[in-house]
Amino acid sequence: MSRLSIRNVSKTFPGHRRNVPPTQALLPVDLEVGDNDFITVLGPSGCGKSTLLRLVAGLETPTTGEIKLDGTNISGAGADRGVVFQSYTLFPWLNVRQNICFGLREKGMKLSEQREISDRFIAQVGLRGFEDHFPKQLSGGMQQRVAIARALANDPKILLLDEPFGALDNQTRVLMQELLLGIWEQAQKTVMFITHDIDEAIFMASRVVVFSARPGRIKTELDVGLPHPRHYTVKTTPEFMALKARLTEEIRVEAIAADH
Amino acid sequence: MKLLVPVKRENRIVLGVAFFVAFVALWWLITWTGAVPKHFLASPWQTLVSAWSLFATQGFTYDVGMTIWRVVGGFVLAAVIAVPLGIAMGVYKPIEAFFEPFVSFARYLPASAFIPLLILWVGIGEAQKLTVIFIGCFFQLTLMIAMIVAGTRRDLVEAAYTLGCKDTGVIRRVVLPGAAPDIAEALRQVLGLGWTYIIVAELIGASSGIGHMITDSQALMATDHIIAGIVVIGLVGLISDVLFKKVNQYLFAWSLLR
Repeated sequence: MSRLSIRNVSKTFPGHRRNVPPTQALLPVDLEVGDNDFITVLGPSGCGKSTLLRLVAGLETPTTGEIKLDGTNISGAGADRGVVFQSYTLFPWLNVRQNICFGLREKGMKLSEQREISDRFIAQVGLRGFEDHFPKQLSGGMQQRVAIARALANDPKILLLDEPFGALDNQTRVLMQELLLGIWEQAQKTVMFITHDIDEAIFMASRVVVFSARPGRIKTELDVGLPHPRHYTVKTTPEFMALKARLTEEIRVEAIAADH
Repeated sequence: MKLLVPVKRENRIVLGVAFFVAFVALWWLITWTGAVPKHFLASPWQTLVSAWSLFATQGFTYDVGMTIWRVVGGFVLAAVIAVPLGIAMGVYKPIEAFFEPFVSFARYLPASAFIPLLILWVGIGEAQKLTVIFIGCFFQLTLMIAMIVAGTRRDLVEAAYTLGCKDTGVIRRVVLPGAAPDIAEALRQVLGLGWTYIIVAELIGASSGIGHMITDSQALMATDHIIAGIVVIGLVGLISDVLFKKVNQYLFAWSLLR
C-alpha cells in the first residue's frame, strides 16, 4: 500500500487585483509515493514543484483533487508531515536543542524524553557540541542540518524537502546530500525532495519525477536503480552518466519553454 | 570617516561627552559676555546652584517623584491595554480592520488638546495627569505593536504549523517571542513620548511636579529654576531610556546576534 497518494491535484492562484488573471501553477497531477520511497521532483524554476510540496504539507489547499496519506485525506499542516524549507526557518530565539525539541514540546513530551531524542538527532546530523548555539551563530549548512533534525525528531510519516540545499555552496551541498542519503539508508523514511539540480535529483533518489515548465505537470518518471549504500563516486559511473544525459535533455526542453 | 563604519566604544563615549561640553561652553560664553541678560538666561553655574537649592531646601525631590509616577502610571495603563490589543490586531485581520481606522485617527489628536476637557471631566487631580499620558501613549503604541506583530516572518509561522502547532501555539511560541524585542523597543520609544506630554499636563492645574515648579518659577522670573527643571527632565528621561535599553539587551540577547 502506498503512503502518499496524489490524485488529480491542481492549483490555481486567484488574481489579487482586477484585470489580473488567475495563475494556473499546477495542472492536474497524479503521483503515488510508496513506503520508504525517496522521490525527487525535478523541474525548472517556477514550474510549480514547490506548490506541489506545499499542497502535500497542507500549507496550501488544492483547487481540484485529493491528497491522501496512509489512506486519510490531509487537511491543513500537521506533525505527520515534516518539512524542510529552502529558506532558513530555525527559530532565532531558540538554541539548536530547543529548535530540535520544538515539535516534541508541542506534543507535551517529557523533558527527559525530549533530551534523549534530541541527543540522537544532534549526533546524527553531526552537531554535537553545538547544542547551545543560536541559529545566527551557525553556517547555512549547519542551520539546514538542524532543520532536518528538527523535522525528523517529530518522527513524521513523510519528510518533505523544498530545495533545502539550494542556498548552500557546492561543496557543502554535496556533503549534505550524502548526509541526508545516509540518514535515509539507515532510518528508512518516505521522502519527497524538490530540486532543480540534476545531480542531486539522481544521487539521492529511488525515483525521479520530472516536471514540465509552468503550468506544471508531471512529464516523465524515471527509476534510479543505482545500488545502496551509495557513495559519492557513483556520480562518475556510466549508469549515472546515462541517467544524467537523459534528464539533462528533458529539463533543457522545459527550461527553453519556460524562458519563452 | 568611512561610510557606515562603526566607531570604537571609547571613541563613541568621548565624542558623546564632547558635545555636552561644547554645548555648556557655548551656554557659558553667551551668559558670561552678557550677550543675553541674566534674568532671561541663567548661567550654567547659577543653574547648578539653583538645582542644588531646589533639591536641598525646596522639596524638589517630591516634585520629581510625582512626575515620574505620573508618567510611569499613565504609560503602564496604556501598555497594559495597547499590548494585547496591538497583538490581536496584528494577528487577526478582521480585528485590525475594526480598530485600525479609528486608532489611526485618534493618534493624530494631540493629547494636550484634551487637557481643558479632562479638567472638566475628571478635575485637576491625578486622574487628569494619568489620562493625558494615557491618551498620548495608547494609540501610538497600539499601532506600533500591531505593525510589529503583522511583520512576523511567515516562513517561521509555516514551520511551526508543520511541526504540529495550532493557532494558539503559533501565537504563543512564534509570534510573541519573535515580536518581543521590537515590542520592548516600541515601549521604550513611547515612554519617551510620555515625558513630552507630562510637563504640558502639569503646566495647567497642578500643585506638584516638575511642570508645576516651572510654571511657578515663570511667575517669579526665576529662569535658573526653569532651566534646572528642564535639565532634570532630560536627565531622568535619559536614565529611564538607558535602563530600558539595558533590560532589553539582557532579555533579548538573541536578537542582537549578527
